[in-house]
Amino acid sequence: MEDNHTVMDTTLEQLVGSLKDTPGALLPILHRIQDQFGYVPDRALPIIAKALRCTTADVHGVISFYHHFRRSQPGRHLLEVCRAEACQARGAREFERHVKERLKIGFDQTTADGEFTLKAVYCLGNCATGPSLRQGDRVLSRMNPERFDKLVEDLTTYKLELK
Amino acid sequence: MTLRVFVPYETTALSLGADDVATLICREAEARGIELELVRNGSRGLFWLEPLVEVETDAGRYAFGPVEAGDVASLFEAGFARGAVDHPLALGPTEEIPWLKRQQRVTFARIGVTDPVSIEDYRAHGGFAGLEKAVTCTPQQLVDMVKASGLRGRGGAAFPTGIKWQTVLDAKGAKKYIVCNADEGDSGTFADRLVMESDPYMLIEGMVIAGLAVGATQGYIYLREEYPLADELLTLAIERARAAGFLGDDILGSGQRFELEVRLGAGAYICGEETSLLESLEGKRGLVRAKPPLPAIEGLFGMPTVVNNVLSLAAVPSILSEGPEHYASFGIDRSKGTLPFQLAGNLTRGGLVELAFGHSLRELIEDFGGGTATGRPVRAVQVGGPLGAYLSPAQFDTLLDYEAFSAIGAVLGHGGVVVFDDSVDMAEQARFSMEFCVEESCGKCTPCRIGAVRGVEVIDRIMQGESRDANLALLDDLCDTMMQGSLCAMGGMTPFPVKSAMTLFPEDFQRQRGDQS
Ligand SMILES: Cc1cc2nc3c(=O)[nH]c(=O)nc-3n(C[C@H](O)[C@H](O)[C@H](O)COP(=O)(O)O)c2cc1C
Ligand code: SF4
Ligand code: FES
Repeated sequence: MEDNHTVMDTTLEQLVGSLKDTPGALLPILHRIQDQFGYVPDRALPIIAKALRCTTADVHGVISFYHHFRRSQPGRHLLEVCRAEACQARGAREFERHVKERLKIGFDQTTADGEFTLKAVYCLGNCATGPSLRQGDRVLSRMNPERFDKLVEDLTTYKLELK
Repeated sequence: MTLRVFVPYETTALSLGADDVATLICREAEARGIELELVRNGSRGLFWLEPLVEVETDAGRYAFGPVEAGDVASLFEAGFARGAVDHPLALGPTEEIPWLKRQQRVTFARIGVTDPVSIEDYRAHGGFAGLEKAVTCTPQQLVDMVKASGLRGRGGAAFPTGIKWQTVLDAKGAKKYIVCNADEGDSGTFADRLVMESDPYMLIEGMVIAGLAVGATQGYIYLREEYPLADELLTLAIERARAAGFLGDDILGSGQRFELEVRLGAGAYICGEETSLLESLEGKRGLVRAKPPLPAIEGLFGMPTVVNNVLSLAAVPSILSEGPEHYASFGIDRSKGTLPFQLAGNLTRGGLVELAFGHSLRELIEDFGGGTATGRPVRAVQVGGPLGAYLSPAQFDTLLDYEAFSAIGAVLGHGGVVVFDDSVDMAEQARFSMEFCVEESCGKCTPCRIGAVRGVEVIDRIMQGESRDANLALLDDLCDTMMQGSLCAMGGMTPFPVKSAMTLFPEDFQRQRGDQS
């Protein structure tokens, strides 16, 4: 545990150090940390605060303002369901209901097996072919219950390659 | 002869399987011993036809779409390399597709045609001609050209771009900035994304010209986090533009300097509002600033700053290369030039339609859009994003023009058009507008922060049939308070969709509803 924390602190310090002198560094720093760890760990706050000469409360305030930043580890797959109007017009409300029923979770929750975290998103710029869903950095069009179930299956099936 | 095939590398095309199609085309060509050059172009924005595959023939490019992985073998069987072939997916010469041919593509002329990150391709299609001209002009000449084009900001407020630039040019500051607003948060819009993914050099060129015009040396593109592909392609294009001398310390040997960087947002709609965006760029919570001071005078880090939408900046290169008169020859009255409309929601043919101002909404929805995808009648259309009013089919003859829209209490905004069929529940839509405001309010002023929460509650009571008339009156009052008392358009315009839904579709607020689960 100690060692892991030390390793994490070293990584965090390097990361923060490499960006701290860019103008308006806080968002770039938070992005880089979240890309690296999947979330912004508590241990990052004092390190950032020290580097940017502000308080941890300042850092916390910024993190909590933005929907994108997380304070805890998400599931293995992040699924973002578009809730905005153009997708609503193509059946997103019904789709959202199915997703929540199928995964048995609501937005900002993670399935008990740690596989999926669900998030609401307001438009993915894919508004002519909704309902839209984002999985990681991939956007999927024309989502419906069948396609969603297939996606869940594909993502949770581990293929063993026999040589 | 090598066969040249084009398969778009763009979010919507990819979301519909373009990568698989590209892989299979290569595999199939290899199996058949055909020499093939695969070009990953941008998308032309005919989204109902994506993945749209094109082949180059002596007679120009021919299109096929929508191509699914399972169609690839049959395309080769039919000899699609010849272009004019009998295949159910054959669409004929790309440029002759009526939906495309009827448009007036000025900003989007190159989009979908070229490989987005190829500088050679960009130059071969007229790219950087505007910048080459710009380095020979004085800042005032550049600002005058933008003024003469009549260009108004495409991000929503339609403020004349040339006048904004003049203010920044005249302002004194140790450093000046060009900030591109690429937050594109409005539902039903994707034109900014399409520019950044499919023609990123055009935006880069527009920003460098803006820098030369006002004396700014640093540019930032504030890009929403929801657009990872745009981030990837823009970042690559910026690197290549720098290496080729279009950015950096000595732009095209002129001795002038301009640097450019992409900064990612973090999922806050309000950061599309320009002062909130600047706060965010400075590394703070995106709280809206009171104006004045205008960002043009005291913007990023307190310095004079141009904040322009992607489409405003993207229009600049052709204004310079073709001349401002050419741009101003499109459009009507005070709405000059073209607007890239985005057809979204429940439509048969959704996608990007660039037209001069002055066509009717009906043309967009019926002729281009082809009616609803579900085949049911159109009931409501929301134009201009989540803060835009809902319109009913009785208003479809309204001309697409900033003033014509404000005359009916609506906004053209960023040109997003979201179509709903008759299954829509307009009370639900009104409720969503308030809910969205609760979710996205920056929290700085009470009418918006508290008003929106009350709005959701009141609409819930109306929908449950509780003291309906009194609550409808209360909702109307609440809307007025938000409109009059909010610091920015988030709280100030959320009432637009709500009030329009109440006025145009009163029956939906009177209906007895069953228990909804
Ligand atoms: C709540 C809100 C959200 C906005 N979102 C955007 C946006 O996503 N993109 C944009 O370009 N402008 C947006 N704007 C408008 C900007 O404040 C600003 O007017 C614009 O960036 C100026 O650029 P332009 O003159 O080129 O249009 C928004 C305004 C408000 C009030
Ligand atoms: S209207 Fe809403 S978003 Fe705008 S400043 Fe007030 S609280 Fe913030
Ligand atoms: S509204 Fe869902 S992608 Fe735009």
